[in-house]
Amino acid sequence: MFSELDKAIIRELQEDLPLVPQPYKVIANRLGINEEDLIGKIKEFQEKGYIRRYGAALRHREMGIKANPMIVWQVPEEKIEEVGKKLAAFPHVTHCYHRPMLPKLPYNVFSMIHAETREQCFVLAQEMAEAIGVDKYDLLFSEEELKKTSMKYFIED
Amino acid sequence: MDSIDKKLLTIIQKDFPVCSRPFQELGEQLGISEEETIKRMKKLKEQGIIRRLGGIFDSRKLGYKSTLCAMAVPKEKLPQVISTVNQYLGVTHNYLRDHDYYNLWFTLITPSEVNLRKTLTEIERETGLKVYNLPALKLFKIKVNFHVPGVEGERGIV
Repeated sequence: MFSELDKAIIRELQEDLPLVPQPYKVIANRLGINEEDLIGKIKEFQEKGYIRRYGAALRHREMGIKANPMIVWQVPEEKIEEVGKKLAAFPHVTHCYHRPMLPKLPYNVFSMIHAETREQCFVLAQEMAEAIGVDKYDLLFSEEELKKTSMKYFIED
Repeated sequence: MDSIDKKLLTIIQKDFPVCSRPFQELGEQLGISEEETIKRMKKLKEQGIIRRLGGIFDSRKLGYKSTLCAMAVPKEKLPQVISTVNQYLGVTHNYLRDHDYYNLWFTLITPSEVNLRKTLTEIERETGLKVYNLPALKLFKIKVNFHVPGVEGERGIV
């Protein structure tokens, strides 16, 4: 599905963009293609959705956004679709998924929120609960970040 | 961080320009020169506020499989389990969370379903603990850009 050139481009784009006036030219040179072709490829990958976002990944903890709980919800099967969509519409929600329930964590909709304080998270959770009409939920705050990296694709072949 | 830095962060975490002179284009939006834009970017990188500048890929569209895993790890085993889990390249996030049973939560991305199962089995064998696999049955949202505190514009419901 991906040509060797595509994979080589992806390997470059998942690294850091050089902070020089013509960064794409630097990468294109490394790949042995010209700058315009690389720019065209990046735009093509964006259109096809291979690149979800081209930009900066920030360390939100450094910006004062220190509370990032996973809020889990117990939602009746027939309401999952509606609840998922409503939760997704909240600006503070960065991730939202339907996932299987665990024996000791009987919740099936998982959402991640990021806010500045824990108190803010509790208020938000309460507002979300009212908006979706679900009162069985739990907040699992992160106590420690043990690893956070970006995935590297196509490096084993 | 001044207000220009904050505005810069807000722009670049959404959309970094894909054109021949991206820093010039950014500078125009901010009312500063290309040179100053680069200087500010370098500073934000050194300060650790920018973790990476580049492409964020959709693992599924690249044919990869991803999942969320939970483990219930006794306190005394935590250091060993964390080091086992973290050694995998496909483990991109790993957090200790405050739950009285499932305290370790990590994400795993692998080139195939077979590879994913193999990795989970390996972790279970090496730690002697069960890995609970919670693949997404449906994705409703991924949006990993944050409201930069102090910037007007997109605000959460507080």
